[in-house]
Amino acid sequence: MNELPTPFERFVQGILPENPVYRQLLGLCPTLAVTNGLKPALTMAVAVGAVLLCANIMISLIRNLLKPHLRIVVFTLTIATFVTIVDRVLAAYMYQMSKTLGPYIPLIIVNCIIICRCEVCASRQGVVTAAADAVGQASGFALALTGIAAVRELLGTGMLAGFQVLPEAWPAWVIMVLPPGAFLTFGLLLALVNYISDHRSRKNA
Amino acid sequence: MNQTLNSHRRSEGFRHNKLVQAWLVLLLAIIFGSALAAVQVNLSDVIAANKLNESLEQVPELVWGAAKAAELVENKVRIDIEPGILTVDTDGKKTVYHLFRVSMDRTLAGWVIRAGGQGYADKIELLIGLSPDAGKISGLFVLEQKETPGLGNKIIFSQWRDQYIGKDTQTPLTVTTGRSNAPDTIDAVTGATISSKSVTDIVNLTTRAVNGRLASVEYVKQ
Repeated sequence: MNELPTPFERFVQGILPENPVYRQLLGLCPTLAVTNGLKPALTMAVAVGAVLLCANIMISLIRNLLKPHLRIVVFTLTIATFVTIVDRVLAAYMYQMSKTLGPYIPLIIVNCIIICRCEVCASRQGVVTAAADAVGQASGFALALTGIAAVRELLGTGMLAGFQVLPEAWPAWVIMVLPPGAFLTFGLLLALVNYISDHRSRKNA
Repeated sequence: MNQTLNSHRRSEGFRHNKLVQAWLVLLLAIIFGSALAAVQVNLSDVIAANKLNESLEQVPELVWGAAKAAELVENKVRIDIEPGILTVDTDGKKTVYHLFRVSMDRTLAGWVIRAGGQGYADKIELLIGLSPDAGKISGLFVLEQKETPGLGNKIIFSQWRDQYIGKDTQTPLTVTTGRSNAPDTIDAVTGATISSKSVTDIVNLTTRAVNGRLASVEYVKQ
């Protein structure tokens, strides 16, 4: 069996080489649904990151006790617990944001990025590696979400995180903050990332 | 010899027992369950306060409609909102309604009643605005819902819920999926008939329950 990646490798891989959104195409539901503004996108990224970190650490701690045929149940149970805690904390301290994100917060339970990281990394490697992996993947997810959200909010409203950035004369492209805008932006950014990495690998070859 | 074999078999059976194999799942469920209970105990008051604040903010619009409410708030007209509790006993089943008695210049302007019920995905909580005699609906607001995004969650938009405004509470409202001009019908959200029916059922149940009983509301001393 090949040697498993070190904590540092896990961390770096999550950000670009194995970016959960652009490279693995995972967790696309929140990526498309809550990126019509920078603020909800950032809140979602932080919420997913917090759940991912806690779940990875927890699973890594109990990895030697896991039974192969019951591991997915344990993953889901762990993730659901942390998601519920995040959901309640948001409802208590960021009430309006929790209403804006609505069912997308409880839906983090079925976010495949988290269950994938539990399976690939946390259930096989130590706590430090699992935590580094979670931070890396969460940063990659945050990068992808804020990237898409920034493009959509800027073109759709002329604002960034609620502040006017483009001149008032900018004809807001409403379609960008509507669902089609999510697909357009995501598709174009995905193509851009693929083009850049293609270009790079050809240069290296 | 035979005995040791038997006890060995028994211990094998014990280890292969499904419940024994799931000991970690069961233990985690207990630990996580207690953790969630602790979170709930600590945060439920804060969340309830957030909800109350949001309800109070919605009260003028639910009683007077969006335009008049904005005008009243802008002119800083004094509005009295008294929170109260109404216990309704229907067929031996007690239901407690939290409500607000809304008045301006000491005259009753209307009622806002908090009511909940099962939706398609999870519990739906509504604020229902009623005229002073509870004969007409003056507004509807969705306080909490977890309906399907893009379909059922359209119940939160004023374009949909405004169709309840002005409806008579004497006859129960029915949900239609085609456009209907009958006075007691509500157009369902396309693709979300169950969510629409749930909201309408909660409204019907609440208006029938409070009808004629608003005189017996117990007010909470502040």
